[in-house]
Amino acid sequence: MSKRNSLFQWNLDRLVVPPLAVAALICVAILLLVLAFLVYEASPVLVDGGWRVFLSDTGWYPLEGLFGLIPMLWASLVLMLGAVIIAAPIGLACAIFIKFYAPASLNKVFRLILSLLAGMPSVVLGLWGLTELVPLIAKWQPPGASLFAAILVLALMVLPTVALTSASALSAVREDLLAGAAALGIGRKAQVLGLVLPAARYGIWSGILLAMARAIGETMVVLMVAGNVVQYPHGLFEPVRALTANIALEMAYATDNHRAGLFASGLMLTLIVLVLAWAASRIVGRNQHG
Amino acid sequence: MKGGLLILLATLSTVLLQPLHAADNRLVLTGSSTVAPLALEIGKRFEQQNPGTRIDVQTGGSSRGINDVRTGLANIGMVSRALKVSETDLTAHTIALDGIGIILHRSNPIEALSDGQIKAIYTGQIRNWHEVGGQDRPITVVNKAEGRSTLELFLQYFTLKSSQIKARVVIGDNQQGIKTVSGNFGAIGYVSIGTAEFEEQQGGAIKRLPMAGVEASIDQVRSGRFPLVRPLNLVVKGRASKLSQRFIDFAHSPEVHDIVEAQFFVPMEP
Amino acid sequence: MAERLFTSVIWLSTALVVAMLLWILGDLAYQGMPHLSLNFLLSEPMSAGRSGGIGPILVSTLLIIAVTLLSALPLGLAAAIWLAEFTNRGSAVGNGVRLCLDVLAGIPSIVFGLFGNAFFSIFLGLGFSILSGGLTLACMILPVFIRTCEIGVSSVNDAWRKGAAALGMTRSAAVWHILLPAASPAIVAGLILGIGRATAETAALIFTSGYVDRMPGSLLDSGRALAVHIYDLSMNVTGGDPAAHASALVLLVLIMLLNLLAQGLSDRWLQRRLSV
Repeated sequence: MSKRNSLFQWNLDRLVVPPLAVAALICVAILLLVLAFLVYEASPVLVDGGWRVFLSDTGWYPLEGLFGLIPMLWASLVLMLGAVIIAAPIGLACAIFIKFYAPASLNKVFRLILSLLAGMPSVVLGLWGLTELVPLIAKWQPPGASLFAAILVLALMVLPTVALTSASALSAVREDLLAGAAALGIGRKAQVLGLVLPAARYGIWSGILLAMARAIGETMVVLMVAGNVVQYPHGLFEPVRALTANIALEMAYATDNHRAGLFASGLMLTLIVLVLAWAASRIVGRNQHG
Repeated sequence: MKGGLLILLATLSTVLLQPLHAADNRLVLTGSSTVAPLALEIGKRFEQQNPGTRIDVQTGGSSRGINDVRTGLANIGMVSRALKVSETDLTAHTIALDGIGIILHRSNPIEALSDGQIKAIYTGQIRNWHEVGGQDRPITVVNKAEGRSTLELFLQYFTLKSSQIKARVVIGDNQQGIKTVSGNFGAIGYVSIGTAEFEEQQGGAIKRLPMAGVEASIDQVRSGRFPLVRPLNLVVKGRASKLSQRFIDFAHSPEVHDIVEAQFFVPMEP
Repeated sequence: MAERLFTSVIWLSTALVVAMLLWILGDLAYQGMPHLSLNFLLSEPMSAGRSGGIGPILVSTLLIIAVTLLSALPLGLAAAIWLAEFTNRGSAVGNGVRLCLDVLAGIPSIVFGLFGNAFFSIFLGLGFSILSGGLTLACMILPVFIRTCEIGVSSVNDAWRKGAAALGMTRSAAVWHILLPAASPAIVAGLILGIGRATAETAALIFTSGYVDRMPGSLLDSGRALAVHIYDLSMNVTGGDPAAHASALVLLVLIMLLNLLAQGLSDRWLQRRLSV
């Protein structure tokens, strides 16, 4: 159904729509401002092809003038993927639970639990990871602070995003579709997998994408439990340093080119998210009306 | 009802948007997060004794402190190290000393390590505790992140370059170091001595090692015998304003020695 | 058989999540409960937060959240409605805006902190202030909030739109009276995620609303948020662990209360108008 048809009344709608559009454009403006800020602060290393050192230098030793950040880039990507691979299925399962399997009493309680987890400060999660999870892993595979620990805690952190957005998406699926399926004698599992999930896939993918963005942008948790050693993520129990943790660790002490380099790495992260978002929008297809 | 709500909102916003005090009664300090809790508490006592003043403390790291003082965004900068050669346009006033000592997990049977052994461990030449007479367990080297003054002091003392250190875990703040070592039987790290001493007293799972034969304790830092010590500085640019100077003098005075010690640093003798 | 397997997978996943949360809560309670008291909630922090309480910090936190929600809610809802109802499907402008939001969602929190410091604190001259922190947080939660609301509004059954048109209602009236109330669960979900993000933020607030733990006198004063306080106590201050865990418990209760409030408000205002 086209949105711009004879329903577009001349009086009220004409007045109401422009402010709404302005609101949306303000959001775009915010993004542009942030990008401009990043580019400005990173400019000392971006001009004259100075950024090449990020790709070619061996090792990250800014005090000695070495700025190789490819290992950290890989670490950020692997962390994000690992977290989402764990969080997406479990989060989706939680959403399915809320919508289809939970008895009414448990429903509210479980939603509460999810929102508690959603609101858990990253510093609290990180602290718990550092004092409870990392020592456990260290007993088995030192040093404990590792890719594995960070993936687990990150997954825990983005899981509510997937669960809550998916739950909203599932709730929005038309009731009559489900009623029809039940009338045909289709079992719950088939209903969910074959009917509801596909119908809700736009919302679910939005949730997963938001979770990915959150995971790659997370600073505090990875700072506390990933080990922060600059190296390629070559083992699950090896320490790694994410680009975000790098910015947090060194921004306080960085001057001139080092500081610009850190901002450049922030810019790189943003570009990655841009690519991810664009790719996701290609794959998922357009929004459907209910 | 709606009109009343709007009026209420309007009044509230005019009230809530009035900043409290005029600028000349106010000091802004930014910089090292190590010095920040100390400066905060000293500031509170200063405010009590000088009603009408406000001492606002913000963090952001030693470099930020230096930058903000240079651009005028802050009156005083907090820096957890000595000033560098490139920073001679600023004046530093040391308000406390902080020793840096090596810590191990409490259950580690090693009682002492020579400077040479520590150096070998940190450069990855010694990888297992049994090579220095301990248990058969891999060593988890805990190092501080680049640019931190603690790291620079460590590198200076052991004549090492940052790229020579082969760490297994890199940490940011002191407490992260303590918590990391507490959770790992084979870990070795270096932290502020005062903090380590406190944690040990509280039953924490760490223990301090002597450095070059000198016990790692606050007393030994105070007596000057401990080799690895860093100053905690308040820096100003050019001539300090009257209020800044009063605050700095106050931070030097014996009146705040108890605050310094409560933060587990060593006060400067006047 | 496959049915039972599926069901058990669902129940197991849920149980796993609950178990993890209980583990975290248990650890917090064990270390933090001894430190909790009414005095803790009301009095000022002393000795760098190790003794005394978190009174001024709670006030600062609430003020920051208020600024965040008051700025993000209208802006976010407006943008979501525009995206859902007033752009054509597949329109370049609409997709462009959505892309911008997705990118915003992925910007690291510390970058937001530095941006907020440069833009709100320095450029707009707000300095280290609650206002600066709240506005920065608003920028951060907009993507999640808008996306969730958009999904909610656009998922409303088309039959309702057609019904509204048949009744001669303007688009705006249809949105206000029918679509928004129908989408309220999604709006609440977006709110909850937004509140969660706002209360959890540390890195962004250190550079904008700051470190000062005094009771704020105005929105232009610097004020320490609870998450920043927890970070400082656990990572920076020697012996701050008990207070840190107690503060974390308070923060979780605060989040629960805010979520209940969001749910309750939505039930009252929005659902009620849908007396179907």
